[in-house]
Amino acid sequence: MFEEVASTEQGDLVINIGPQHPATHGVLHLVITLNGETVKKVEPHLGYIHRSIEKMCESLSYRQFIYVTSRMDYLSSHINNHGCAMLVEKALQIEIPSRAQYIRVIMDELTRLASHQLWWGAMAMDIGALTPFFLAFREREMITDIMEETCGARLTMNYMVPGGIMYDIHPDFCKKVKEFIKHFRSKIDEYDELLTGNIIFQNRMKGIGILSKEDAISYGCSGPTARASGVSCDVRKIYPYEIYDQLKFDEVLATEGDSFARYQVRLVEMHQSMNIIEQLIDNIPEGEIQAKTKAVLKLPKGEFYTRIETARGEFGIYVVSEGGTTPYRIKFRSPGFSNLSALDHIVRGHKIGDMVAIMGTLDLVIPDIDR
Amino acid sequence: MFIKEYIKDVWGAISSLLKGMKLTGYYFMHHNKEAITEQYPDNRKTLKMADRFRGEVVMPHDENNEHACTGCTACELACPNGTIKIITKMEPTPEGKKKKAIDTFVYRLELCTMCNLCVEACPTGAIKMDQTFEHSVFDRRLLTKKLNKPDSKVREGVE
Repeated sequence: MFEEVASTEQGDLVINIGPQHPATHGVLHLVITLNGETVKKVEPHLGYIHRSIEKMCESLSYRQFIYVTSRMDYLSSHINNHGCAMLVEKALQIEIPSRAQYIRVIMDELTRLASHQLWWGAMAMDIGALTPFFLAFREREMITDIMEETCGARLTMNYMVPGGIMYDIHPDFCKKVKEFIKHFRSKIDEYDELLTGNIIFQNRMKGIGILSKEDAISYGCSGPTARASGVSCDVRKIYPYEIYDQLKFDEVLATEGDSFARYQVRLVEMHQSMNIIEQLIDNIPEGEIQAKTKAVLKLPKGEFYTRIETARGEFGIYVVSEGGTTPYRIKFRSPGFSNLSALDHIVRGHKIGDMVAIMGTLDLVIPDIDR
Repeated sequence: MFIKEYIKDVWGAISSLLKGMKLTGYYFMHHNKEAITEQYPDNRKTLKMADRFRGEVVMPHDENNEHACTGCTACELACPNGTIKIITKMEPTPEGKKKKAIDTFVYRLELCTMCNLCVEACPTGAIKMDQTFEHSVFDRRLLTKKLNKPDSKVREGVE
């Protein structure tokens, strides 16, 4: 686990990638020590998009702090909101109606699909293929349209409230989701045709950026990044919430731990998400969408922790309450931060061109890393 | 043996590239059918936003210039960013008593995150989300809006 800290010798080149660089997908600053074209060391510098969200939450009530979390990992904003709402429900022991549970899970999986689609396009663009980006956004547009119709916003929905969901699904929701699944099942084969089988892509992915199982665990990686190394860490399986324990789906695991494994895991996860939605979409029970809650929510004194599986990994919310209307301290465990910490270890010894490809497969969202 | 493997590799590489090129070629040839681009500023007249789309907070007034806002400040308390500020005044009623009513409903669009919590909190349904989305102006002051119209009153029976 302990590695010798690479020192800068004469002849080494220290360069900066970012904070304004298209390959870092946001304002991430990487200081890279190069020996020729080989990466010796990568130092991520954070802080360029720090908005002090955790501190801000301390002055917001338990209904208000949910909307802020959509600004962290904006690609899985639904799932972040879901986690926060779940924490409040757990602390106050609110039973939420089964209709709300079904809709929440469908929305989560749609968000996961949209996030993986965007990742697929952006990662291909990092490697140098531009067409996949447009194809991915074409399918993602259908999901954002569904979200817009039901939730009222395309990216920062704020649809989950403590006790259920904000309003009932749109009358066209089920029809449109079924249409989307049918459409996307035919289009995901195009993804394979265009990129997965491509010889240039495979040579740049296979055997590159290997993260072993032990390292994935010790760096605290989660989500598809860790599952590609063989770590069973899907919160939906090992610590089921809502109705995930009643659903039939597989935890996608790979053993290679290289870039291609991370790519494959995410593609198969898209199929799994579609399976989950198909199981639920015809069986949404009738009934209430919100449990009855008090107008002002007060959490009992104590500490609370909830975990949820976002598209990037395990997202944890830790709240210390002193019995008031606002949290005393709040801490978010974001998946991107831990996944980024493994970057230095993975990239060492690779060429600088591979570094961008490896970063693409880690699926980093910078506002999530730097709250 | 080596040559056989080598040729097999080369053939596999070329065929994988051709497969991808075929797909790209299909989209190139069928751009009329497959294009999904929206010509945004040109299609303004036909562009319709979803009913629930959250664009800005508005206060609907009826034909008698009456609204349903009682000035209870539930929305002001529910707002996470201090977007809403309600200034109240005391208004004499026909019976000679004084009653609380709104003087100005200040809405600052530049602070609003469209989280819909104010609309959820309103007990009388006085505010709602509008579907407008073209909010750019040349002066920042224009984004601070007064939602109640001049000389408007609370609708009869709204408590």
